[in-house]
Amino acid sequence: MTPDLAQIQPERKRAAVELSRAGVTFGQAGARVQALQPTDLRIDEGEFLALVGPSGCGKSTILKLVSGLTRPSEGAVIVGGREVAAKALRIGMAFQNPTLLPWLTIEKNVMLPLKIVRPFRHDFARKKRGEYRDRVHAALADVGLQGFANHYPWQLSGGMLQRANLCRALIHDPSLLLLDEPFGALDQFTREELWGTMQDLWIKRRPTVILVTHDLKEAGFLGTRICVMSARPGRIIDDSPVTFPRPRSIEMTFQPEFTALNQRLRERIISARQEVTA
Amino acid sequence: MTYALRRRLWAAALILAFFVTWEVLCLALDVSDLIVPRPSQVIATLWVRMPVLWPHILQTLWTTMIGFALGVIVGVVIGALIGTSRVAYDTAYPLLIGFSSIPKVAVVPIFVLWFGAGPVPAVLTALAMCFFPIVVNIATGLATTEPEMEDVLKSLGASKMDLLLNVGLPRTMPFFFASLKIAATFAFVGTVLAETVASNKGIGNVMMSASSNFDVPLVFAGLFILAFLGVALYVVFSVIEGRVVGWANRRTDLSPS
Repeated sequence: MTPDLAQIQPERKRAAVELSRAGVTFGQAGARVQALQPTDLRIDEGEFLALVGPSGCGKSTILKLVSGLTRPSEGAVIVGGREVAAKALRIGMAFQNPTLLPWLTIEKNVMLPLKIVRPFRHDFARKKRGEYRDRVHAALADVGLQGFANHYPWQLSGGMLQRANLCRALIHDPSLLLLDEPFGALDQFTREELWGTMQDLWIKRRPTVILVTHDLKEAGFLGTRICVMSARPGRIIDDSPVTFPRPRSIEMTFQPEFTALNQRLRERIISARQEVTA
Repeated sequence: MTYALRRRLWAAALILAFFVTWEVLCLALDVSDLIVPRPSQVIATLWVRMPVLWPHILQTLWTTMIGFALGVIVGVVIGALIGTSRVAYDTAYPLLIGFSSIPKVAVVPIFVLWFGAGPVPAVLTALAMCFFPIVVNIATGLATTEPEMEDVLKSLGASKMDLLLNVGLPRTMPFFFASLKIAATFAFVGTVLAETVASNKGIGNVMMSASSNFDVPLVFAGLFILAFLGVALYVVFSVIEGRVVGWANRRTDLSPS
């Protein structure tokens, strides 16, 4: 059943991502694991959606569906008005593991999407020394990595690698950015620093972002909207807007309104966990 | 004295000690040069016979290089095919292992039957000896590529060829060079094997006819030449390896200062 797009999209903003009854089941008959219950989710253009929930709840599955790395077992996933297929989408991705290629310098790592993605790849051979190089250097400067273009990944700290990773995810100006716990493996201070960097990047470019995280504070700091997911099989059990003004600061996260939001989401997650164990 | 220099000196000292011990033992035990010639005799033989040996050295060298080059091409292609596809891996592996288990001495007469005595069987034997380690290493390197690395490119719409060129093959380079060093020495073994069985030229042939004339120092001279050629080729690939896959060893001289 594919819903008619014209009917379900009234005068609202254009949907960047739309899941309609999209579910994922892994494995053969007999040993089937339902990773994601049929889910409806609509993300508007320019939204910063934070997906939170206990581990193994299918948060990453939603990202993989949107990126086209996983096909839905049922339902439909529509990105930018088209059903997700194997063909090229203008998506940027960053994972918890920075996955920079160890044989390339930071500059060449960040340049990689320009070598792959249309229409950039068409001009890559001609522009890689000039225009694209400047573009990469400007992007590195945006995240505070100026002067590290010719370093190799193993020469950088975890936080710096993650900054380079964000650069690579954004270098081809994707309209959709998918982040899978990109700050999860960092220490508290580095993480908070990178939240600031991420917020700046978002305000500057305004891509649609889906951020998967298990950190409620991170979700509240970065998101314009938070969806809470239950444990496996995953489904969305709470969907709240976050209206704090931007740019947000770390100090804001200590204010009562923020703490109240945090507390409420926490309780939703805990009660969802108890439903499963009961 | 740097660590690298000290290590080289130790290696040289060991080689020297080996030959000195050999020389001394032969003299002390009064071993006939029909059984084991002394290193000094072998080197003297090398010096005196070099004009005669030289064409044979060249013959062995170029047949080996051709066999090796073909082996690399065949090895990389087969390795890339079975390394990128699970199905091809499972399908082709038993056949490849079966083929590599065959003693290559046994196939030389078949090559001779098909192509006559001469350089062709030597090239083919070298190829047959050296392609398998390359296949295994390329396939393993590709098959063990971290899926996250590929996911990043896949989400950008990269084709299978993009993945192979940008992730698979560069990541496989350290494995590839490790296998090249093994394959290069195997290629020499293959060539000499074929030359001893069916050829009228090449180091293998020289050693064969020398041993039937009881010219034992010349046989040993052949061994020395082969050992030297093997080491030389190994060094060449080590140098190239250091330049191409220095990232895998985290060489500090790669870092910008």
